[in-house]
Amino acid sequence: MATATHEVTENEAKARPALEAVVVRFAGDSGDGMQLTGGQFTLSTALAGNDLATFPDFPAEIRAPQGTTFGVSAFQINFGSSAIETAGDAPDVLIAMNPAALKMNTKALREGGLIIADEGEFTPRNLAKAGYENNPLEDGSLAKWQLVHFNISQLTLDAVKPFGLGNKEALRCKNMWTLGLALWMFDRDRQPIIDWLNAKFAKAPQLAEANIAALNAGHAYGETAEIGGQVHQRHLAAAPAEPGLYRTVTGAESLSLGLMAGAQLAELPMFFGGYPITPASAILHHLSRLKEYGITTFQAEDEIAAICSAIGASYAGSLGVTSSSGPGIALKGEAMGLAIMTELPLVIVNSQRGGPSTGLPTKTEQSDLYQAVYGRNGDAPMPVIAARSPADAFDCAIEAVRIATRYMTPVMLLTDGYIANAAEPWKVPDMSAYEPFPVTFAEGSALEPDNDQVMPYQRNEDLARPWIKPGTVGLEHRIGGIEKNPGTGNIDYSPEAHAEMTRLRAAKVNGVADSIPDQDVCLGTNNGRMVVVGWGSTFGPIHQAVRRSRARGLDVSHIHIRYIAPFPKNLAVLLKSYDHILVPEMNSGQLKTLLRDQFLVDARPLNKVSGQPFTIAEIEAAIEEAIR
Amino acid sequence: MNEQVKVTTAKDWASDQEVRWCPGCGDYAVLKAVQRTMPDLGVAREKTVFISGIGCSSRFPYYMASYGFHTIHGRACAVATGTKLANPELDVWIITGDGDALSIGGNHTMHLLRRNLDCQLLLFNNEIYGLTKGQYSPTSRIGTRSPSTPFGSVDRPVNPCSYALGSGARFVARGIDVHKNLVDVLKAAHAHRGASFVEIYQNCVVYNDDVFAPFTSKEVAADKQLWLQAGQKMLFAGGTKGIALDMEHHRLKVVDGDSDEVIVHNPRNRSVAYMLAEMPVTIFPMALGVIYEDPAPTFDSAVVEQNEAAAKGKKADLQSLVSKGQTWMVEKEPRAE
Repeated sequence: MATATHEVTENEAKARPALEAVVVRFAGDSGDGMQLTGGQFTLSTALAGNDLATFPDFPAEIRAPQGTTFGVSAFQINFGSSAIETAGDAPDVLIAMNPAALKMNTKALREGGLIIADEGEFTPRNLAKAGYENNPLEDGSLAKWQLVHFNISQLTLDAVKPFGLGNKEALRCKNMWTLGLALWMFDRDRQPIIDWLNAKFAKAPQLAEANIAALNAGHAYGETAEIGGQVHQRHLAAAPAEPGLYRTVTGAESLSLGLMAGAQLAELPMFFGGYPITPASAILHHLSRLKEYGITTFQAEDEIAAICSAIGASYAGSLGVTSSSGPGIALKGEAMGLAIMTELPLVIVNSQRGGPSTGLPTKTEQSDLYQAVYGRNGDAPMPVIAARSPADAFDCAIEAVRIATRYMTPVMLLTDGYIANAAEPWKVPDMSAYEPFPVTFAEGSALEPDNDQVMPYQRNEDLARPWIKPGTVGLEHRIGGIEKNPGTGNIDYSPEAHAEMTRLRAAKVNGVADSIPDQDVCLGTNNGRMVVVGWGSTFGPIHQAVRRSRARGLDVSHIHIRYIAPFPKNLAVLLKSYDHILVPEMNSGQLKTLLRDQFLVDARPLNKVSGQPFTIAEIEAAIEEAIR
Repeated sequence: MNEQVKVTTAKDWASDQEVRWCPGCGDYAVLKAVQRTMPDLGVAREKTVFISGIGCSSRFPYYMASYGFHTIHGRACAVATGTKLANPELDVWIITGDGDALSIGGNHTMHLLRRNLDCQLLLFNNEIYGLTKGQYSPTSRIGTRSPSTPFGSVDRPVNPCSYALGSGARFVARGIDVHKNLVDVLKAAHAHRGASFVEIYQNCVVYNDDVFAPFTSKEVAADKQLWLQAGQKMLFAGGTKGIALDMEHHRLKVVDGDSDEVIVHNPRNRSVAYMLAEMPVTIFPMALGVIYEDPAPTFDSAVVEQNEAAAKGKKADLQSLVSKGQTWMVEKEPRAE
């Protein structure tokens, strides 16, 4: 499972990937409700106790012209009765709601896989829009796969007829019909979905009933109709998991919860300044509903105001947090420098997407690592942490808050579009197991004893300066982005002051390494022929690829780095104990450069910049190639 | 700020830092005026925060013995918004200039004013970029010769008070750096709940000396300054002239002081406020003092109210929050069998 809850056993590590895992992809027009269908199917999968990973893949356009290939929205889920690390390389089942969805998704489908198509949508007009000259359901071009097609549109219309909906509204129930069929295929309980529909359409009971009827009809169709023999019911046993309470979580949810948990552990109110941007907005949406936890959310006029307001709030004694995606992070750059210079705690979340510029707003990439580590003017060191999965984002967010408040520094927390949108099972954390790290605001201690001079830049053993809240009597002082005296903080751009302050700022951030855990090897051995080093959302495919390679007898291990700046103290020695270092990244080799720069090691890149996550096979092949 | 506040003097508000503006700069006069005003406001030093952007005027916070934050170019309004929302009890003053507030930070100025954050925004307008050595600014008049416009600027300037009104400001006033009335303008700005926008004409002796002389010099002051007083007739030139409505052309006009036509200043009249703000000083006097004031609910109080209302009756229980949604129980490790 792509969570921190399940440690891979030696037997599992050696095992071939379990056969009892299935990859299903729902694909349709962006108006067909595929993300909703996928989300509900995910829920039922989780409730059935399967492990799972999902990959929502949707266009940047909200409603692209109907029936076109660029308007196709897809949702892929990999689930099974063993640990699932990725959303799956090649789907076993493709459910295509129209010709465009079929066209865009057959290439990925496993040979021999199953296609279920809604023939009602395969009209001459829709076929032309998708660029088909002949109807692929009839011309034999899909012979590589098992094909079943029936008129889902008509079957849905028949099912919801009693409810008197208009044609358009009635057809909207198609996704529930399809979901019903999928639930039957995998022997799932319909009740949670029915409950959800009743809640969703509480104000329009007619729509709830229609959707439930469609769901039931799809289910009944599976049970009673003869669907060509290929479609049959399968039951996947529950996946191994530590005992406890579980829920599904997306990265955006868990990260929001983690930020909040961090603020509570620090005993601080939180101020979140954000500006709408894909795929980061979900964090703003989540937090804005949680006022009772002492959170103030502020939708600022732009990205710069979002971070500046968060800095202003940190200055006033709140935990300032801002979040964006690459282009917005670029706009925040100067203000990050201000937070570094004024040494105020701040958490900056970057939900990375494909770049540069507008790039690929809805597709995933991890190409902002240079930006996170280096992307500011001046010598501007800042801790950087990267989450590896939706569930991991919770703990990473808490860590970001801990480091920001303990060291009085902005911290960059990296996630990406894949983690933000993907869902996975999450063992609900026991909050009492987390050690609180309450913040102490300066009182009289920030005064120089002999002359009552306020010393806002006097440092403790972590080299952190005191956090002095405006409102504190007797500690009135001035701070700013201009270079300052190492103790008083008064303007001082003497050569000595700048050299000393530059040194101190770097030493403080380097010192963060003293309070983070040593780098572990998450699969394999502490030395050997080869190590695959990753960060962020490539965790799943790397882990599976290393597991499969080890099962084939290759001496290869997996290291996944959470703390990127500063690196864990043991990382240099660890990396140097392997003959080969392979660094797969969804960029052109950014961590690879960092590792070479800091450790003078021969790290070799494996890069993918297609806006899609790595497949396990791609990494497995690269391991094979490199190790031979 | 109802609790007993320690009585202060102007000196108590001066920090120990050496003031580093050019000799003769109008900023000195504004600093003195602010330090003289503070004791009369009954506010505590520790509850007062001066937040500035970048530019000559933005060094201001270092010279005040309150809390101060010298931020980055154009962003004082954004930082101040976060500070005020995080602690609405703080008395927030924003110090900015024409380039800082109307060029690089024009966006934030607009949004701060429309949101009506409770604060005082003092815009030091010297119609020039001083700290970068004299380039023309967004308030420079057409034809301003500067290092970046050696043949004279060709773009039209923005009128700060019109901009503020257009942005939805509920308090718009003007003052002059060396004029004694500045203290009264500052007091009025502080008394207003909401964003108080104050444009201060500030002379830059080095790069734009005497640019405001056409209405500030001693010789023309009486004729060219209209100090507005709520409920009073708009009179100037020692009461010999007044401002009236030209009904035919729907604009203002200058009439004799004893005329019945002279308008009584009603600060709530937004339309007249626009006309006052835009009176060309060639034929009119400069409108000074409180041009417009019409209080409205503040952003910070609305945020606090909504936060409280939304939180009402709910318990902040993190454990139950993380356990929300549809959950399932794994009783025992299947591998154990």
